[in-house]
Amino acid sequence: MSILLNSESRVLVQGMTGSEGTFHTQQMIEFGTNVVAGVSPGKGGSQHLGRPVFDSVAEAVISTGATVSGVFVPPAFAADAIMEAAAAGLQLVVCITELIPVNDMVRARAYLASRGARLVGPNCPGLMSPGERSKVGIIPNQNGRPGPVGVVSRSGTLTYEIMQSLAAAGYGQSTAVGIGGDPVLGLSFSDVLELFASDPETELVVMAGEIGGSDEERAAELIGRGYPKPVVGFISGRTAPPGKRMGHAGAIISGNTGSAASKVAALERAGVEVADTIEQIVERVTARLRRG
Amino acid sequence: MKLLEHQAKAQFRSEGIECPMGRVARTPLEAESAARELGEVVVKAQVPIGGRGKAGGVKVARTPEEARDAASQILQMEIRGYRVPAVLLEELLDIGQELYLGVTLDRDRRRLAVLLSFAGGMEIEDVAERTPEKIAKLWPDPFSGPLPFEIRQLTLNALASAQGEQVLERSRLLGMMVPLVQRLYQLCQRLDATLCEINPLVITRSGQLIAGDGKVEVDQNAEYRHQDLVRELGGDAEAASSGDDQLEVEARRRGLTYVHLGGDIGVIGNGAGLVMNTLDLVKQQGGSPANFLDIGGGAKAEVVRQALEMVLLDPEVRGIFVNIFGGITRGDEVAKGLIQARDELQIKLPLVVRMTGTREEEGRRLLEEAGIIPAVSAPEAARRVVEMVAGAGR
Repeated sequence: MSILLNSESRVLVQGMTGSEGTFHTQQMIEFGTNVVAGVSPGKGGSQHLGRPVFDSVAEAVISTGATVSGVFVPPAFAADAIMEAAAAGLQLVVCITELIPVNDMVRARAYLASRGARLVGPNCPGLMSPGERSKVGIIPNQNGRPGPVGVVSRSGTLTYEIMQSLAAAGYGQSTAVGIGGDPVLGLSFSDVLELFASDPETELVVMAGEIGGSDEERAAELIGRGYPKPVVGFISGRTAPPGKRMGHAGAIISGNTGSAASKVAALERAGVEVADTIEQIVERVTARLRRG
Repeated sequence: MKLLEHQAKAQFRSEGIECPMGRVARTPLEAESAARELGEVVVKAQVPIGGRGKAGGVKVARTPEEARDAASQILQMEIRGYRVPAVLLEELLDIGQELYLGVTLDRDRRRLAVLLSFAGGMEIEDVAERTPEKIAKLWPDPFSGPLPFEIRQLTLNALASAQGEQVLERSRLLGMMVPLVQRLYQLCQRLDATLCEINPLVITRSGQLIAGDGKVEVDQNAEYRHQDLVRELGGDAEAASSGDDQLEVEARRRGLTYVHLGGDIGVIGNGAGLVMNTLDLVKQQGGSPANFLDIGGGAKAEVVRQALEMVLLDPEVRGIFVNIFGGITRGDEVAKGLIQARDELQIKLPLVVRMTGTREEEGRRLLEEAGIIPAVSAPEAARRVVEMVAGAGR
């Protein structure tokens, strides 16, 4: 078992014929993902990486029964691609693209909500369910290893780092989800935590947040109301000064909101063990899983 | 991109939002002749930052000569580090009441929010902190925009916490707020702005609604759609960034994601979260990071070279810590870039490289052959660079 993505998922890739799309679709196929189609408006009817390419998501869904989309299209067209996927009835849309205008995302987010589709991202590494041999996005294949830990994080490379450190200590993942670093996101920490709560394979959740916004605080509220599994927390950007945007469009402490101190405090109040370093994440996971 | 007040107001006017009569002047003489047209005026420094009134950047002038002198003073000022490229001269308003109206991104709701308060003229952040009940909020559907009944309710909610006499009758106020809010929201969408703010929104004694000041911030990710605005900013754009950290201005020019932090250990990594975590590690080891620099995913040797060059522009830097987690980024590419840069830039400072992930063995072998010692663990690398910098200082 896993969340969001499993061996049954039939994946199409929007922007598959582009250079990023090509490279990462290849990686996804190598990992074992069931990639059934690509979508590139104007290139319909051709083949790419041994998969049929369609002009529209709707056509691809009719012909291939795709259930999930990975979006690799350039920022100017990404919000439209996300809405197209939702309109075609896909349940899960994973958008890797960064630098999407934020008002585009506001509209896309509202559109998806009205269609009941789930969005992961944008500006995210995507997700991977190693036990199901399925991934959508750019998480390096070698970091995946099946196991009991659910990983949810806002940052890409930090997610890989955590996955690798856990794997080195012998702990694999049920599913790892990078929710993205933008101010307007699809799934939040709380959404992913709720999914992990009802996944039998997930025994423990590692949640890696960062400065900016208040998604971590809201996840802490959710956990504080009673969460069925242990959660190990981590917050990066503890030493970031207020008012400076740290790379991610959303990573900024403005006024009183978004500081690492407020997030750590909220998580600790909710009973989450917050690690100071990635090494400590591994120690806490080890202690928790041994305790059973 | 932050617009200057006069640019924001030009946008307001084009959307049908009323602003005071005004002229832009770049010299005292231009200010004098503008004041001849306008009569009694307020002379305002055009800087992209708040608090200019307190800094003396806003003056009332009763005569054209006074306007000339005021402009002459203000144009020579530096306000919180920003040069003043121009002044805006505007007719004096007969102020009856001051409101706050803003449209801004609310990331928790994942929508634009409309904020209205009768506690206008003050810093809205202060109002939000001390008396949040005085700000009424609305989160319109992004496709329909704010609907008339929603705007009337927003206005009624704001009125409920307003104190003192109202200049306008309730029915008139409700009727006037509807098109105003719709226009400001429409402007925010048209400009791909994350903030469109009128503070104060003046109700004159004769009952008009006029934008006393204007703030517009265009989303950086959408600037490509607004090249006309970027061009219009022209020379003002340089002045508008004159108060920014000059190393950060240079990094923007080079297309690098860099934040200056003021310490002595230069930090380079790939991925924002990883770099933030690297800064935390340096601090935990007792060091002080000079900067945040994210070379992003899939970086090639050339980008690595540019990143090192950028870090070295900071004269405070006494050691460099490169932390690379290879995913899309390949270790051998990064190693080649580092070696090339060290040789070309003749870097003598301590350079600690932590590298893991895709092609890490090739990367480490290349580094070792070139005499750069790679580290495997990030905390270990942080410890080493902090020790080396501390040692070199003795």
